[in-house]
Amino acid sequence: MNAEMRELYQEAILDHNRRPRNRGSLADANRRADGYNPLCGDRIRLFLKIEDEIVKDVSFEGAGCAISTASASMMTQSVKGKSVAEAYALFEGFHAMATDDGERAGDLGKLEVFCGVKEFPARVKCATLAWHTLKAALTQPADSTTTE
Amino acid sequence: MLTAGNALELRAQVENESCERAFDASRARLDFPILRHRIRGREIAYLDNAATTQKPQAVIDAEMSFYTSECSNVHRGVHTLSQRATASFESSRDVVRDFVGASDRKEIIFTRGTTEAINLVAQSFARPRLQPGDEVLITEMEHHSDIVPWQLVCQERGAVLRVVPVTDSGELELEAFHRLLGPRTRLVGIVHVSNALGTINPVRDVVRAAHDRGAVVLVDGAQAVAHIPVDVQELGCDFYAFSGHKLYGPTGIGVLYGKRELLESMPPYQGGGDMILSVTFAKTTYNELPYKFEAGTPNIAGAIGLGAAIRYLGALPFTAVMRHEDELLRMATEALSSLPGLRVIGTARRKTAVLSFVLEGVHPHDIGTIIDLEGVAIRTGHHCAQPLMERFGLPATARASFGLYNTISDVEALYQALQHVEEIFR
Repeated sequence: MNAEMRELYQEAILDHNRRPRNRGSLADANRRADGYNPLCGDRIRLFLKIEDEIVKDVSFEGAGCAISTASASMMTQSVKGKSVAEAYALFEGFHAMATDDGERAGDLGKLEVFCGVKEFPARVKCATLAWHTLKAALTQPADSTTTE
Repeated sequence: MLTAGNALELRAQVENESCERAFDASRARLDFPILRHRIRGREIAYLDNAATTQKPQAVIDAEMSFYTSECSNVHRGVHTLSQRATASFESSRDVVRDFVGASDRKEIIFTRGTTEAINLVAQSFARPRLQPGDEVLITEMEHHSDIVPWQLVCQERGAVLRVVPVTDSGELELEAFHRLLGPRTRLVGIVHVSNALGTINPVRDVVRAAHDRGAVVLVDGAQAVAHIPVDVQELGCDFYAFSGHKLYGPTGIGVLYGKRELLESMPPYQGGGDMILSVTFAKTTYNELPYKFEAGTPNIAGAIGLGAAIRYLGALPFTAVMRHEDELLRMATEALSSLPGLRVIGTARRKTAVLSFVLEGVHPHDIGTIIDLEGVAIRTGHHCAQPLMERFGLPATARASFGLYNTISDVEALYQALQHVEEIFR
């Protein structure tokens, strides 16, 4: 198999696409945001339960390509239990990595599997959709919905 | 050089004698310089012709020649260059007239493309005529460019937009069409060949039925003109719109054919230079057809390039080209259908040059990215036909579309690349 292809479709991405984590709605969510990428039709709805400035729980619904599904799945795993400030910092870090823009603050751990998308400009939005939706959910007042 | 006119004659002659001239796609391929490039070390398998076609050297040369030896504005100057530019520009209009079988060069309006041509009809023909409660009838397989202009004008005029559904195989539901065609139907907008499914619509029958009910018909021919013969008089349509860039010509140039008496009765679409005979602050007299609808300096090089593209196509044995494209579509459909989990979307009895498909468990975007790494270019997404995607319950499809320069090697490259997609996602 082509090395570039392997670089983009890493095993972790394929795994999260096959078995997305934290998928479904969240009954006691107090933040919700919708993300939509009109270019490819990918849709995501993100549910967050935030208490004392901590992301207590998070889940997502939606349909999309492997990159956007895996990104949403791994995003939920990485922000669960984090403070709002930490989650926001992760957004910044992920965005910088995927777009190859801005200062890389440090290693993003498991999320580094998305490093390959910057070589595929048409796919960057697939990887960042869930993160932009997270940012929208974090910056909105509690109990409201926005569409990114 | 063969003009489009005598090329058409020649084509008819060849068809009459039923001894078809041979067509060699791998030789024609050499006329398209971009196809000599390699992507990631591989020959390009360009299968995105429904989005835009590549341009033969003849078209590139024609644009180049305009800028290097004729560049000037048209219809204005008394100097030599302007006369040359005007002659070239206007000769393209004649080539287009012959190409679509219009009876009068005044019926050929140059536009930016299909989209502008349709908007012109929506704004200049439909808008002044539509009364509240009047109806515009379109089909479920229209491109957004044959939906939104009608929505805009219907909303403004209080008219109703009605939609003819399509069958599971992607054919027009003719019974529904006849049922929906009513006494209030003022205009029917129909795509000649669906860009997302490849379906060839029975335009002649649609036109006849519409005319019986007193409705005019606009045909969106963007995906048709490069792949099937088009004769506007034979179709009987009132308006026919197409783009240069899907016909091996340049981007930014297109054509609206309209019946002369209708065009005469319509107010200008845009105001400006070239579309007037005289201007005072009290009153402006509009220019005659076709200039009434060509405000401002046109895309002169584009029109000349479009003429060159039609001449290029006219010099090829078109019946054999069509047969070649049909054969590619047949082989690709057969090969891809053998892949596990692959489903062809659009299986109409009459199809041309477009193969839409989905692969179970793999989003079209992932297909597109992976096969691009093997030099295979296809389109993935909703193909600017979101209502049609919704009808099939799909967010998107992958679409391979063929042009005259594609060969069996391109089909093989597509097939092999799709096998690799399966390997990754299995």
